[in-house]
Amino acid sequence: MKHLLAAADLSPEEIRFLLNAAKKMAPALKREKEAGRSASLPILTGKTIVNLFFENSTRTRMSFDVAIRQLGAGAMNFAASTSSVTKGETLIDTAKNIEAMGPHAIVVRHSSAGSPHFLSKNVSVPVINAGDGFHEHPTQGLLDLYTMEEKLGTVAGKRVVIMGDIAHSRVARSNIHLLRKMGASVAVCAPPTLLPPSPETLGVDYAYRPEELLGDADVVMCLRIQLERQNRMQIPSLSEYSAFWGLSLERAALLKPGCIILHPGPVNRGVELDTEVADGPRSVILDQVFNGVLVRMAVLATLVDRPKLEKWLATNGNG
Amino acid sequence: METDNLMKNAQIKSPGGLSENSGSILIRGARIVDPANRLNFEGDLWVDDGKIRAIEKPGAIPKLPGMWVIEGKGFIAMPGLIDLHVHLREPGLEYKESIETGTRAAAAGGFSSIACMANTNPVNDTPYVTAYIREKAKAVAACKVHIVGAVTKGLKGEELAEIGGMVREGAVAISDDGMPVMNSYLMRKAMDYAKAFGIPVISHAEDANLVGKGVMNESALSNELGLRGIPAAAEEIMIAREVALTRLTRCPVHIQHISTAIGLEHIRRAKQDGLPITAEASPHHLTLTEECMRAYDTSYKMSPPLRTEKDVEALIDGVKTGLIDAIATDHAPHSLIDKAVEFSEASNGIIGLQTAVPVTFELVNKGIVSLDRWVESFTVAPAKLLNLALGTLRIGAPADLTLLDPKREWSFTPEMNHSKSANSPFFGGKLRGKVLLTLVNGVAKFSEVE
Repeated sequence: MKHLLAAADLSPEEIRFLLNAAKKMAPALKREKEAGRSASLPILTGKTIVNLFFENSTRTRMSFDVAIRQLGAGAMNFAASTSSVTKGETLIDTAKNIEAMGPHAIVVRHSSAGSPHFLSKNVSVPVINAGDGFHEHPTQGLLDLYTMEEKLGTVAGKRVVIMGDIAHSRVARSNIHLLRKMGASVAVCAPPTLLPPSPETLGVDYAYRPEELLGDADVVMCLRIQLERQNRMQIPSLSEYSAFWGLSLERAALLKPGCIILHPGPVNRGVELDTEVADGPRSVILDQVFNGVLVRMAVLATLVDRPKLEKWLATNGNG
Repeated sequence: METDNLMKNAQIKSPGGLSENSGSILIRGARIVDPANRLNFEGDLWVDDGKIRAIEKPGAIPKLPGMWVIEGKGFIAMPGLIDLHVHLREPGLEYKESIETGTRAAAAGGFSSIACMANTNPVNDTPYVTAYIREKAKAVAACKVHIVGAVTKGLKGEELAEIGGMVREGAVAISDDGMPVMNSYLMRKAMDYAKAFGIPVISHAEDANLVGKGVMNESALSNELGLRGIPAAAEEIMIAREVALTRLTRCPVHIQHISTAIGLEHIRRAKQDGLPITAEASPHHLTLTEECMRAYDTSYKMSPPLRTEKDVEALIDGVKTGLIDAIATDHAPHSLIDKAVEFSEASNGIIGLQTAVPVTFELVNKGIVSLDRWVESFTVAPAKLLNLALGTLRIGAPADLTLLDPKREWSFTPEMNHSKSANSPFFGGKLRGKVLLTLVNGVAKFSEVE
């Protein structure tokens, strides 16, 4: 594992390794957090990680930032613009410039699918995809999977329903790849205008209406719905989305006992998820945020200094 | 001048013939035609408690006390006709038509069901307007009203209308009839979205840019008359696009008022490929040609325009074979202020509910279209494409029924007109085939039975 470009590239063994590493880091992170300390697991002391974000991000960038610090490394944040110069040139020029500064890994987010792949071919350090267009967001997928396993034990044989703008969601794609590799069955639900053409080619079931899927779900993941100019041709209004696809209290009543609710954030309360449900007992949304740091620590440590991580795991394996 | 007729026709009001007889009705010795159940024979039909109770050989149903017995010898008893393309103009344009007057015209024309288009004011693009129409129809309509919502907000072709909300309030289909959805991306999304609600998308298939300010078919005649032409290509392109989008989305799509032979070929190919596409033709496009334009009479100004003899022949053949699924009137009431104006300014369309039956029954009289196919095109075909459990005389079904005297000759006069508007080219001419009775849930909403 040189880079983390797509969940689709990961083998089940690699996924298991990353999740195990994250799991073993959890007690230390919790302990250090409660003690008010950072740099709880100094596996990457002295290393430098670049956060190269060509697209606005608050939570993912902060999550990587915290993960980098907890590992004892230094974070360099680079907020770039895609509009200044021709995109390809900017990306490669920026990458070469950053590489010349000698970082040990580059975390990249870009609005254009495939940009992390392009970058990985042009730099010698590990590249971590923090979201490329609506292709993939593998660390989000990993943290979602981690959270599901934390709550359900395993995802094998479980049913995961993802609701929302599936067509334009990198979160959905990464989750689908990871969940299928780990033995879960996945169904997606959205207005047909927000489903990709032929959803079955992604290896999932699909339905146009949530009522058809919710009763069998062990996990429901809602994705953020935004009403921008262009998607007024895809959904008439937020209120209509909410009326037919929102996870309301009424629809949540269809869920089995033990079914959990995830959301990658930020939640659009009253649209894809009602407030009572977002804050209710099934919701694991804040666990996702904490787990995001863990999973990103595991990914960074694995890619930047795997021998040191393995040594740490061997000595700290029991928390 | 024809405008004088328009004036005269518009001023005469209060026609008769509406009645409310209900209860137990026995129609004896009529030709019972029910294509959905492959019935076409002379027999007796019993309606009771709003339902079709029995259909039997002549004399097999006993006459009971209190029954209204109708001697049906020589008449045709068929499922209540369904017109899937009507403009009721309410709310907002009640000076042209209202739910009450439009449905009275429908009942008088033999229709027990109509589907009303969304180009009201406000446009039916929200659940609130749909609910208004539903409730108003419940209170005043003389026939069943099936509601067609808009595809886009304000029929502007920019954003999806609240389709789900309208379906929840009872809409059975969506259409921007009158205002073709020019943005293909948006039309694709509308078809996709409609699939979530199991409703068809109904398309007024004309390229608005090619139509431009045209007022008649583009041809040698339009050159001669100095009227701006609308090429057949305006329709052909849009039908081809709808076929392509149907192939892409697999959403059921219905093409309204087809007028061109080549447009029909696109439908043929689509149906051969098994696509869920259907089509309708209007009585005027099946019987009139652009030659009518010579009089500069705005009663012949339509959208799409009247075409050529060759097109009419193709359309008739389409009805005959079922390639054109349904006949629909596109009943488009316009008042004098819309029609008694310069040709270029006049509104498009004609009223058609009370003349559709005789005008198209000529195709049966001439032996071109079979009686079964003709009945099918007005009943089970439109019912099927709108997903209505109607259009059949199945025992136990709602007693929506139309009784037709196929031989009776008559003229459509302003005195008979139930519509608020009188924009019809069919006034005064000799017609053959007269609706005698229209039952809606077993209630006679129109009767001229002696």
